[in-house]
Amino acid sequence: MEYFLQQLINGLTLGSIYGLIAIGYTMVYGIIGMINFAHGDVFMVGSMTTFIVLLMLGVTGGSGPFIIVLALALVIAISMAVAATFNWAIERVAYRPLRGSFRLAPLISAIGMSIVLQEFVRIAQEGRAKPIQPIIIGKKILMTKVVGNQDFNVTLSYMQMIIILSTLVLMTVFTFIIQRTSLGRAQRACEQDTKMASLLGINVDRTISITFILGAVLAAFAGFMFFMYYNVTDFFVGFNAGIKAFTAAVLGGIGSIPGAMLGGLLIGFIEVMWSAYFSIEYKDVAAFTILVLVLIFMPQGLLGKPEVEKI
Amino acid sequence: MSKVLLQGEGVETYYGKIQALKGIDFVVNEGEIATVIGSNGAGKSTLMMTIFGTPRARAGRIIFDGKDITQMPTHEIAHLGLAQSPEGRRIFPRMSVFENLQMGATVRNLENLEEDLPKVFKLFPRLEERRNQRAGTLSGGEQQMLAIGRAMMAKPRLLLLDEPSLGLAPIIVKLIFSAIKALNAEEGLTVLLVEQNANHALKLAHSAYVMVNGKITMSGTGAELLRRPEVRAAYLEGGH
Ligand SMILES: Nc1ncnc2c1ncn2[C@@H]1O[C@H](COP(=O)(O)OP(=O)(O)O)[C@@H](O)[C@H]1O
Ligand SMILES: [Mg+2]
Repeated sequence: MEYFLQQLINGLTLGSIYGLIAIGYTMVYGIIGMINFAHGDVFMVGSMTTFIVLLMLGVTGGSGPFIIVLALALVIAISMAVAATFNWAIERVAYRPLRGSFRLAPLISAIGMSIVLQEFVRIAQEGRAKPIQPIIIGKKILMTKVVGNQDFNVTLSYMQMIIILSTLVLMTVFTFIIQRTSLGRAQRACEQDTKMASLLGINVDRTISITFILGAVLAAFAGFMFFMYYNVTDFFVGFNAGIKAFTAAVLGGIGSIPGAMLGGLLIGFIEVMWSAYFSIEYKDVAAFTILVLVLIFMPQGLLGKPEVEKI
Repeated sequence: MSKVLLQGEGVETYYGKIQALKGIDFVVNEGEIATVIGSNGAGKSTLMMTIFGTPRARAGRIIFDGKDITQMPTHEIAHLGLAQSPEGRRIFPRMSVFENLQMGATVRNLENLEEDLPKVFKLFPRLEERRNQRAGTLSGGEQQMLAIGRAMMAKPRLLLLDEPSLGLAPIIVKLIFSAIKALNAEEGLTVLLVEQNANHALKLAHSAYVMVNGKITMSGTGAELLRRPEVRAAYLEGGH
């Protein structure tokens, strides 16, 4: 029971990160009907920028709490700006010119962009992994159980707490933007009928750009948290995280934002639980098996929208 | 002589290699109701969409209020004060009725929403009852009302209506046509109306065009066309 609770906390943490990345996949799919295969690498750029800026600022776990908060705020802002610039530019350069071309063209271009980002970072930052000393340390012991002559503690680290809470906050703000602001309405309008949106005066190109920027901002935040949690990153982390998040988006129902979040959490749980109770080597197999099962029995994904609209 | 608000000169539109508009000339004067009638597939909807640049005219010119809009991006055309209730209604199915109406007011940044919403609701009380319902679950007739209401929310200078009577009960059709008439007479709204329901449209229109197979074959005042035997034979008697 205690062991399970601990895995639940770990799964929630990992799932939060996957969920934030998955939203970027699902939003882009919703509005232009393509999978942005470079999105995982935009996440990687976010985590890499976090590493670079942290190193430049020279903060460590020993800096005062005020300095740390200030530095991390700056790190987040810069990572978001850099990732957003990349994703925005990718759409402008690699996808927009191919709109209206045959369906596979932007997908191939996306795979190309993924390789470009990875290679760019690999060459600019060297291929080796980038570690730091943990900055936010400490944890709360929630429960203790005596197993034999040892204690098993259920712990919630401060970093896990930060990840779960800030994901919650970010999701709330993001949902508000999509549901309640004219920007979000324009985004949803383009998703449902691009041509009609333009007839009403919506600048569709700009709305698509904003979608890429929003997705990148969430991915960059995920990248930041990923780096702060694992304290290491490299040019290739976007591949695995990207595939997991993409799986999460499909599992939740591609095109659905709550679905992406739910899918992210589920993939996080599956991966953590599988590693904890079965074999860590097969955790990816487990995640993808669930995906296949869902797609066979529920092709729309968990929260996908069945198109039952009157004509 | 009244002022020309919208004018087309030799407008040609293609879908791939198929030519849908074969050199259309037309004029819509400010403050009038103009109509284009014609049977299915004549090219009426293509004309309405070509005015908004989607699809774009391959030849000819479209001029709105003295400005050449032939190559202007679609969303910028909307910002000049043209609004369209398009063929097929194209309401946003996963938005509420209210949100659809908000979308209609995009070009004026949702200003004075509280003033204009009651006007639409007065015209279509059904929409007020369904205010928070998902638009995709409305009946066909209600969706048509929503499409027209959404276009009205833009407070346009020129309102384009593509077959507003399609799929509506006769009593609602009457309501809509009297609403168009009232908007035109009281607020001076200029209207370009496309209809298969030629009888209603011609009675209402100050000027009218007959379109056949991508070409304008006849034009005149609504009353004139209504008297022409060819028009009566083709569009009024026998099934229309
Ligand atoms: N999206 C399209 N792609 C190809 N052909 C089209 C398309 N839309 C309309 N057409 C063709 O263009 C012609 C005119 O159609 P349309 O403008 O819809 O006529 P109307 O509105 O008068 O019924 C028709 O022959 C129709 O088949
Ligand atoms: Mg038509």
